[in-house]
Amino acid sequence: MDGAATILDVEDLVVDYVGERSNVRAVDRVSLQLAAGGFLGIVGESGCGKSTLCFAIARLLTPPAQIVSGKVHFAGKDLVQLHEGRLRHLRWREYSVVMQSAMNALNPVMTVGAQLADAMQAHERISKQRARDRAAQVMRLVNIDPLHLKSYPHQLSGGMRQRAMIAMALVFTPNLIIMDEPTSALDVVGQRSLMKQIRELQKQLGFAVIFVTHDMSLVSNFADRVAIMYAGQVVELGATRVLFTDPKHPYSAGLLQAFPSIHGPKQRLTGIPGNPPDLRYPPKGCRFNPRCPQVHERCLVEEPWPHVLPDRDIVRCHLYARQEAMAG
Amino acid sequence: MSYILRRLAFFAVTLWAAMTINFFLPRMMPGNPAEAMMARVHGRINPDALRALEVAFGINTHDSLIVQYFQYLGDVARGQFGTSIYFFPTSVSYLLGQALPWTLGLVGITTVLAFILGTLVGMVAAWLRGGVTDSLLPPIFVVLSALPFFWLGLIFIWLFSDILGWLPGAEAYDMGSTISLSWSFLGQVLQHGFLPGLTLLLVSVGGWILTMRNNMITVLAEDYVRMARAKGLSPLRIMLLYAGRNAILPNLTGFAMSLGFVVSGAILIEIVFSYPGLGYYLYQAVTGEDYPLMQAIFLLITVAVLVAVLVSDALTALLDPRTRERQ
Amino acid sequence: MQTAIVKPEPVELSRPQRSRLGAVGRLAGAIVHDPKAMIGVVLLAVFTFVAIFAPLIAPYDPAAQQFLPMASPSSQNLLGTTNTGQDIFSQLIWGTRQSLLIGVIAGLAATVISMLVGVSAAYIGGTTDLALSLFTDVFLVLPQLPLMIIIARYAGQGSFWVIIAVIVITGWAYGARQLRSQALSLRHREFLEAARIRGERTSRIIVFELLPTMTSLIVANFLGAALYAVLSAAGLQFIGLGNINEMSWGTMLYWAENNEAMMSGAPLWIVAPGLCIALLGAAFALINYGFDEIGNPALRATRRRHGRRGNHS
Repeated sequence: MDGAATILDVEDLVVDYVGERSNVRAVDRVSLQLAAGGFLGIVGESGCGKSTLCFAIARLLTPPAQIVSGKVHFAGKDLVQLHEGRLRHLRWREYSVVMQSAMNALNPVMTVGAQLADAMQAHERISKQRARDRAAQVMRLVNIDPLHLKSYPHQLSGGMRQRAMIAMALVFTPNLIIMDEPTSALDVVGQRSLMKQIRELQKQLGFAVIFVTHDMSLVSNFADRVAIMYAGQVVELGATRVLFTDPKHPYSAGLLQAFPSIHGPKQRLTGIPGNPPDLRYPPKGCRFNPRCPQVHERCLVEEPWPHVLPDRDIVRCHLYARQEAMAG
Repeated sequence: MSYILRRLAFFAVTLWAAMTINFFLPRMMPGNPAEAMMARVHGRINPDALRALEVAFGINTHDSLIVQYFQYLGDVARGQFGTSIYFFPTSVSYLLGQALPWTLGLVGITTVLAFILGTLVGMVAAWLRGGVTDSLLPPIFVVLSALPFFWLGLIFIWLFSDILGWLPGAEAYDMGSTISLSWSFLGQVLQHGFLPGLTLLLVSVGGWILTMRNNMITVLAEDYVRMARAKGLSPLRIMLLYAGRNAILPNLTGFAMSLGFVVSGAILIEIVFSYPGLGYYLYQAVTGEDYPLMQAIFLLITVAVLVAVLVSDALTALLDPRTRERQ
Repeated sequence: MQTAIVKPEPVELSRPQRSRLGAVGRLAGAIVHDPKAMIGVVLLAVFTFVAIFAPLIAPYDPAAQQFLPMASPSSQNLLGTTNTGQDIFSQLIWGTRQSLLIGVIAGLAATVISMLVGVSAAYIGGTTDLALSLFTDVFLVLPQLPLMIIIARYAGQGSFWVIIAVIVITGWAYGARQLRSQALSLRHREFLEAARIRGERTSRIIVFELLPTMTSLIVANFLGAALYAVLSAAGLQFIGLGNINEMSWGTMLYWAENNEAMMSGAPLWIVAPGLCIALLGAAFALINYGFDEIGNPALRATRRRHGRRGNHS
């Protein structure tokens, strides 16, 4: 890892969905680190567990989802062990959240301004005037006229709503913002513009970002590092540029081939045959083995562990077992 | 603004429908019930009242149906409902005036109480998921709301009034007392109103608790509630302002629809407790074949329900900014 | 929606609940596992059984005035006798037929009308929808019992069919509104578009494509309507607007009340029929509630995990 301090260290996090008769493991021993000011993209298909992971880190899961084991080191504490009361002190001040659909994430019966203000008032004694000033300040940061503080969420356009959510997340200029597919509800142009804005704000204010998405192209342009998730596990994690030019895990390679570049030579579009596994009955051995073009015998019986390579933090694939051993 | 106007228009249409039903029913039914009734009063009432009855029931008049109809509408607008047959020679309007306050008091107070209590309990029950309350409470209230109101009232009278003698089981005040604004009279009113009020409350509160609980559960799964938790807001604030305030909205609209149910129950309870409200007088009118009184009470109850609907609509518009702009 | 493992949804032009037999099987399975719904089903089955086999179960002719009046319960008269010496228990058994029949018939009729009005309004749309919705809303707001009372009164002699008619007239509106809402949300689904493109007539589309997907709401509506019918019939009969010479729980209450049953030491005359009405109503209500939970599992009672209360993890 480079010189910047690590602000988030997730260690072997496990999340289950507790059912009547059996549990489903949605997040299986995920570990990752994030440097201060870094931008980590988490990519995967629908159902791979990326949103669950994201909410687990933020301690925002709801039943039946439950953190079973693991640690989330942040701000000098292990978030998993904290009781809700202590956790509340950290919420929004140290880390905040941006959700997928602002229409659903904003309270429909409160004005935008009121929702910005109550976040502030929950954590410090602040006068109405100061709250209003701060609210206007963050709104301007995302290019929304503070006039709209008096509006209700349904009165704003889709793009404005998403930006308002980001403004809300910035109210205490936290060290970490966790974003769960914040651009999915927008059209392509809106997506681009929102991403650029997020990047600029990041440079300006210095917060770290975890960015969950299913869109590889967004990640390739804006993230420093990428984690690729499959069936609840992180199968590859590394610096973006290197990972995209040289994907090591067969799944990552497959994903990249499915998103053709507009610049490069014409390629055959290949998808990845098959479907992600039903997590109630995950495949024995490597979870990707039913769909892997490079599957061999070992993959069917033994689960690969996260190998560490010189240019890759994690590759969960037997192909690299020897490489890791050779690298020493 | 346009929302309120639309609701007022609806008010007018429903009222018109009620009046039209009143007009056409006696004319449509076999056996011409009105004529028999007229025979009993003919010659003994003043011309205005007589004419009102003739117009309302289409007797002795050679005017066309349309003319009768508009005459009838005019009469209703002026409050000219004619004379009561059963309580002859008292005018219907006078009887309405006597009965209305009692019903308003009983139903008004218990309905508001049931709504507030039910909503609060439902909200808290959903907030504190898990444990005994969650599995026992709903079925208890489901069964409670399936009970026939009037039967419950009869049981209460038997238990608390006849056997235990704690509370009076009939009338609105002690026999022989005169209506006054004194404390002792108020005391009597409360005493007499307690059992009927309790019965009405018990049967209606269950519905509110259940629907509020279900609404809350749906709302609690919404993203904006999760967002409120993410912001670190206090649980009380989340429960009230984020979850509760959204969960109550369908209840408010449901309030309007459930009024018919509550009114039905109130009528039966007044009958069982001989409580001198509109329901009790309706019962007397029905058994005494007093059609003018019967129709007038139907109209009055309809108006009361419509007013309550308007009030809950206004409240919804106040609490939910989206209704003010909805199509 | 809770954050869950979102399974990728295949885009198909298929109808959302394919195998109907499978659906019934699943439904039955779900009910058996839910104690509340089970109780409701058992109660309903018991009442149906009693209604069908009344002549065999009831010890005496309910109308026969052959015993000592106002007698206390005994081995001869399980619930005592009325003021004219009739056996209350036999009356209760025979009364089951009327009460159950009214509940089911009125419930069915009201549901059918709700379906016709609500679904047509939603599907046809436009001014038809506006008119039908207004019509529905008006009937929704008009106070039900007073309307039932005056119609029944004007209809002259009280009777079984008059009661059913007034219940249906006042009871269809609630279901119509609900069904219209659901039909509106289903209206633009692809399988309906496909049917339209195939050239099917509107009425065929409504009956054979749309309605089958709304079965659970329709059944829920029926149960609610049946509950409404049972309670309303009881109320009307209690006032005396039913056929007071026919045997039903409501008319039993009418006679009991008119003969001061409570005061004269025959409280069972009132308690028993009322309890039966309550139980039959509760049966419909419990089954309906069970349905709610089956359709929306989030509503089910949650078991406490690790002694932790509340909504957090």
